[in-house]
Order: sequence, then C-alpha cells, then structure tokens
Amino acid sequence: MSIEVRNISKTFGAFTALNDVSLNVPNGQLVALLGPSGSGKTTLLRIIAGLEPPDAGSGRILFHDEDVVDRGVGDRQVGFVFQHYALFRHMTVFENIAFGLRVRPRKTRPEKSAIRDRVQELLRLVQLEGLGGRFPSQLSGGQRQRVALARALAVEPKVLLLDEPFGALDAKVRSELRRWLRRLHDEIHVTSVFVTHDQEEALEVADQVVVMNQGRIEQVGPPAEVYDNPANPFVYGFLGNVNLFHGRIDGGQARVGNVDFPLPALQAAGSRELVGYVRPHDIEVSREQTGPDAIAAVIGHIHGAGGLPRLELERLDNHLQVEAELTRDRLRELALQVGDRVYIRPKSMRVFVEGQPLDYQI
Amino acid sequence: MAGPIALRTSSVSTAIPGATAESPWVKWLLIALTLGFLTLFLFVPLAAVFTEALRKGWNAYLASFSDPAALAAIKLTLLTAAIAVPLNLVFGLAAAWAIARFNFVGKNLLLTLIDLPFAVSPVISGLIYVLLFGLQGWLGPFLAEHDLKIIFAVPGIVLATVFVTFPFVARELIPLMQEQGSEEEQAALSLGASGWQTFWRVTLPNVKWALLYGVILCNARAMGEFGAVSVVSGHIRGKTNTIPLHVEILYNEYNFVAAFAVASLLAILALLTLAAKSLVEWQVRRQAAAPLEPTPAEE
Repeated sequence: MSIEVRNISKTFGAFTALNDVSLNVPNGQLVALLGPSGSGKTTLLRIIAGLEPPDAGSGRILFHDEDVVDRGVGDRQVGFVFQHYALFRHMTVFENIAFGLRVRPRKTRPEKSAIRDRVQELLRLVQLEGLGGRFPSQLSGGQRQRVALARALAVEPKVLLLDEPFGALDAKVRSELRRWLRRLHDEIHVTSVFVTHDQEEALEVADQVVVMNQGRIEQVGPPAEVYDNPANPFVYGFLGNVNLFHGRIDGGQARVGNVDFPLPALQAAGSRELVGYVRPHDIEVSREQTGPDAIAAVIGHIHGAGGLPRLELERLDNHLQVEAELTRDRLRELALQVGDRVYIRPKSMRVFVEGQPLDYQI
Repeated sequence: MAGPIALRTSSVSTAIPGATAESPWVKWLLIALTLGFLTLFLFVPLAAVFTEALRKGWNAYLASFSDPAALAAIKLTLLTAAIAVPLNLVFGLAAAWAIARFNFVGKNLLLTLIDLPFAVSPVISGLIYVLLFGLQGWLGPFLAEHDLKIIFAVPGIVLATVFVTFPFVARELIPLMQEQGSEEEQAALSLGASGWQTFWRVTLPNVKWALLYGVILCNARAMGEFGAVSVVSGHIRGKTNTIPLHVEILYNEYNFVAAFAVASLLAILALLTLAAKSLVEWQVRRQAAAPLEPTPAEE
C-alpha cells in the first residue's frame, strides 16, 4: 500500500515539529526518514501511524489514495515497532506475538490452532524458534527487537513503521540486524518506513532516503543519489564527513582554495561568496606539489585503524583543519609521519553559492 | 550482549572492613536497642491483648462475639470496608492514570491533595463532615428537610472512612505508572485492541501487584480507623459502632475480657495484613529481579 503525506504540519506549543511536509512512499518500498534529533522524523512517523494527530486542518494522510487522517491507530492497519520495543512485560514471547490476533472481534478472530500456527511461523521468520515461552526480560536487546517486529507483523499490516529500530543496540548486533531487516523486507515486501539518525544505516538499508531538518524535508532520493548529488549544504554535511573550502567568484572567474575555474553562467552576478564541499576520500595527498591547485599542509594526526586511514591536516595558508582519507597502500607508499609537510588537492568538489548547488563540479 | 549484567559481589570484600563498618559492640548495641524497642512497644502489647482476651478462658472469649452489639459492630466494619475499599480502588486507579498519563494544569496540586488525609488529623476530617452534614452544618437544614441522615449514621461513617483511606491505592500506583510510561498501551492500540481490552490485558496486569498492595493497606486502615469515625458515629450501640469504637465502649464499661477479645480481632487482622503485605512484596521483588536472570546469548 502506498503512503502519501500532504501538507502536514505539527506544532507542540511554540515548537514547530513539522512544517508543511509532503511525501510519497510508493508501494512495497523501504524508506528511511533520516535527520538529526529534533528534525521531526519521529513525529512524522507517529502521525502516519495515527499515534499523534497532525495540527487541525493542516493536511492529509492517504493510504492507497484513501484519507485516513480521521482514523485511529487501531483502524489504520499499521504495524508499529517502538524504539524501546514496548513489549508486554507480563506476557511470554508467544503471547506478545499472538496479542494482535487475540484481541480481534470474535467474528474475525482466527481459531486457536490457527493463531498458534501463525505465531510459530513468525517465530521462524524472526529466527526465534523455541523461545516462545520466554519473557521479554529474559531476552537480549536484538531478540527483543525481533519479537517486536514479529508482533507487529502478526496482524498483517499494510504498512510497517519502525521508530529508530536499532537505536538501542550495540554496534555489531546493529549492523547484523539491519542487513537482516533488508533481507526480510525483500521477502515480505510490505511498505515500510523507518526512522534513523544514522546516515550509514539509512544509506545501507533503504530504497529511498528522506533527509529531514528542522521540520522540513531537505531531499528525497535513492541512497546513491542523495549521497552523490546532495541538494544543499545541509544534506552534504549530514551524509558524511566534509571539508569546506571557501572562495569567491568575480566576473565569471571563480577561485576556491587554490583552484581556479571559469563560471560564465555567473558572469553578470558580480562578486559572490562560494563554498566548496569536499569529502575526505576526495582529497589527494602527495609529497610533491603536483600543480598550482595543490595546497601545502602539515599532518597533525594519523588515525591508522580501519580500512581507510584518516589524516588530520592543517593548511599552511589559513591554518584551517582538513580531513583526508586514503588507502592503506597509499599511506604505506608515502610513509607519512605526524609533522610531515604534504600537498593536498581536491579531486572532486561540489560548489554552492549561497546554499544553492552549482552545476559545476571539478 | 545488550542484556543487563548481573552484579557479583566479591567474597573478599566481606573480609576487609568497609569504610562504614563499626566495631562489633556498636553493631550489637544497635540490634539490641531495636529489638528492645520492638519488644516494649509491639510484642508485649500484642501478647497482652491475647492474654487479657483469654484470661477467663475460651468460652468467655467466644461469648464476647455472640453479643448482638459486637456482631453489629463487626458487620458495620465489614460493610464500611466493603464500600470504602472498592471506591478507593476505582478512585486510586483513575487518579493514578490521570497523573501518570496526562499533563494538565494543577497536576502538582492534585498530587498534594491526594496526600491530604495523611497530613490532616483524622479527628479534623471527622469534624469537617460534622460541619458539612451535621444538623447545625451547611447542608444540615437541607438534609433534615429531606429526612436524610448522614452524621451519626452509617453514611457518615462510610464517608469518613473513604476520606481517610483514599491515598493508599493512588500513592502506590502513581510512581509505578509514571515509570512504566504509556508505550505498551500505544503498542496494544496499534495492534487493534480497544481501549477496554488495553486496560484489562495490558494496563491492569502491569500494575496488579502494586494495586493489591494498596488495597491491603487501604483495607487495614478502613477496618481500623478510629478518630474520624468516632467523631461522626455518635456511638449508638448496635447501630453506628465499628469494631474500634465498640472496643472503646466495652473498655470504658470495665468489660475487659470482651474489650480485649474484640480487640484481638483487629490484632489478627493486622497480622494477616502484615503477612499478605510480605507476600505481595516478595512477589514484586521476584518480578523486579527477573531481568537479572542470565540472558541467553544472541544466536
């Protein structure tokens, strides 16, 4: 079932959590709402679920082209997975999963044996066979999360909504579980929306990433697109580490860092400030000055652990910090030491004029 | 993995005196003091109640209860508790729900007001009812006109008891419900449960032990209340006397065996309450300790 959010606003007292937000989630997709805390992503999820009403008269929520704004959470056929799982602590895992089926009116309630079969099937799906008799307090965090998911799936929801599904787990379980969620989604294909503040999680798992900031949607797109073509400096900065190179344009001739390039489109615009954004892995580090666009810098720190070692550098011209990533092989080849003088050159840069991206890319 | 870690106290620590450890003399002195105090003020009076009650033998003891006035007092006490406890159960749940789940203006004031019966002397609470409903009171003429009797009658006793005992259930539930939050209820609703189903299947089971604990304390106080009830009762023998009031009358009439026999009923009730309370506390502890069981590893 597709979800359409049209012009939804939500205020809590003087705080605007959502400001005229519109969003389309196509049927069967796995969509991530990504943003810093306070960006409104959880509020949007709760409004879609019906756990929170939008501001009166502010807009509409459509499930498969049907307005559901006036329906309560129980009538929307959504499965909601809470950040802290919200498992019923006095019920066993089995009873937790069976709950949604047991509370149905007698007419639509499945037979006892059918409920048992369904729960067993779900336990298998979330790889918790044999743990049906446990209480939530006897499970690990990752197991609780999967029980919460099975419980939500038991009622055969048309839409699955997950609030920071992996937020409370440690790093290793977290990455295992998110890959597992992706596989599960490929298996059951229910339209799903999950909230996260972790860009890596969103980029790895989702079909579409919705980047949110201060109650607004900044950009929507597939992970590769939002990463490679961020719509604005916020998205660029939020999706990964970034180095800023300040510059100017004057009479159609731009200079950012030590890079000169023509920008005939802005010839008439006069003198403007430019900001170039460069990812750490797009910074080339060499011992020799390779050209006029290379900038001299001193190595302040080398983080050697991990697949891509990181260098912290200080530019000699303006003493600003720059972060660079290079391969282990390259690091070994250059035999760099803290305090060494090197030359850095941006291999690729996105340039923004007053928050707007330029078509130009180095 | 993400599960809580069980605490293990090292056995070495018992051998090394901790910073707060005093000499054995202090330890034994404190224990002796506590025991002596309890003996003097608790065990001796308790033993005295039963000794005095049985001074003239079993037959005299049992005869005290066949007195119609004593039977009437027992009945009235049971009736009062049977009305006051369920009322306060419902009120306590409603108040705890309102305070734990909603934000509203005057919430702190409401919390303070719930504690009022603890802060006010029971005699004062009784007097307030006399001032309100008594013949000379604000509503007195109206009640007299419609031939309604509250003061010096059963309704007054029930009202005073309800007032004195209303904090017990609410006070037990509020902190627990605040701590548990409402996520489980939201989860139940999102799974299609109605409000009523959510209450019976999720909310109530989560607070049942605290609720029972509150009810036990509430019941003990409802049956044992003296001050407030004494003011509104009028002490009409066989009509408006509860067990505590009946004990007082018997004692004032120098009918010691009967007085202590009836008093022993209250003492037995107290002992039963204590036992029930310990049982519930044990259950609560057992449930709270459940997360400390070893968590199985992630497979």
